[in-house]
Amino acid sequence: MSTSTTLEAPKTGTWDGGNEPLKASYGKLMMWFFLLSDAFTFGALLIVYGLSRHSNAPYTGTPEDFTFSTEWWPIPEKVFNAFPGFHGVDLPLAFVALMTMILILSSVTMVLAVEAGHRMDKNDVQKWLLWTILFGSIFLGCQAWEWAHFITGTDEGMLLADGTRIFGANLTMNQYGPPLFADLFFFITGFHGTHVFSGVVLLLMIFINTVNGVYHKRGHYEMVEKVGLYWHFVDLVWVFVFTFFYLI
Amino acid sequence: MAAHSDHSNDFHQTGEIPKAQTKVIWKTFFILVGLTAVEFLFAFTMDAGTLRNSIFIILTIFKAFYIVAEFMHLKHESKALIWSILIPMALVIWLMVALISEGSYYFDSIRNYFN
Repeated sequence: MSTSTTLEAPKTGTWDGGNEPLKASYGKLMMWFFLLSDAFTFGALLIVYGLSRHSNAPYTGTPEDFTFSTEWWPIPEKVFNAFPGFHGVDLPLAFVALMTMILILSSVTMVLAVEAGHRMDKNDVQKWLLWTILFGSIFLGCQAWEWAHFITGTDEGMLLADGTRIFGANLTMNQYGPPLFADLFFFITGFHGTHVFSGVVLLLMIFINTVNGVYHKRGHYEMVEKVGLYWHFVDLVWVFVFTFFYLI
Repeated sequence: MAAHSDHSNDFHQTGEIPKAQTKVIWKTFFILVGLTAVEFLFAFTMDAGTLRNSIFIILTIFKAFYIVAEFMHLKHESKALIWSILIPMALVIWLMVALISEGSYYFDSIRNYFN
């Protein structure tokens, strides 16, 4: 009696696991669904920004006469107009434009690393991963500067009714407008910055593995693709943060 | 030291490495930079308002499309995977419409409280 043969044979029927409807590896699928859940989190944060903005008074005067007040929501380009090395010069959104360019560029170097992985070109993967790590780190440095400037405040600060002035912002006080504006700035850009930081850590890990030849021996560079998916998602989130926080 | 004779980390490239195909990647990059530049153009030449905000949102959706479709390669995945990712995003759009109209209603009711 031979009973083992039926158990050994792989099942190939449609409902026996022989069908592969999404045609993607387990790891990539899980990365996609993680990113979907992360998109919900960022979506919720940005929607709360929209809710807060609509439940606060808008500024109704001309942009030239704009002053910081807790009465109305600030105009973003009046808040984010500083650039390192140009103290006191009004450069609206210039620094955030630079940050956007750096992040888009890092996304490009990431795809180039993935593309090199498809060709099993270890040297190119290393090169482009290093560029991506570099741009990601520069972005984090820019964000640190942006936060430091936001927390320290401008020379003029905000004039209060009793004649005193407040400078900068924290979670309870905000020279630029309602405290909620500063809270959302810290939460949204902070949560995004945390993602960039995690991305740089992941990139460093796969860079070390690439140098050690781990993926080459494995025969494929799929791990680079998975980290790439995460990295592009971080860039994607920034595109939305840029529009909803800085432009609108 | 005998431990140094471990060559398991060495690898030998077998066969030619094909040439890099980067045309589409750089094209996508220039589209993204172009769209961002257009956004700045509108930010500095147009007065704030619903029309300008709509332009920003449309340009953002274009940028998002290029990042997800080309960089994240979703355009070239199977139909089932594309829809598995896109359909749940409808929930976010619903939440956005619901909460933003809620915010406007809240503002109106606070402002008109004493009227």
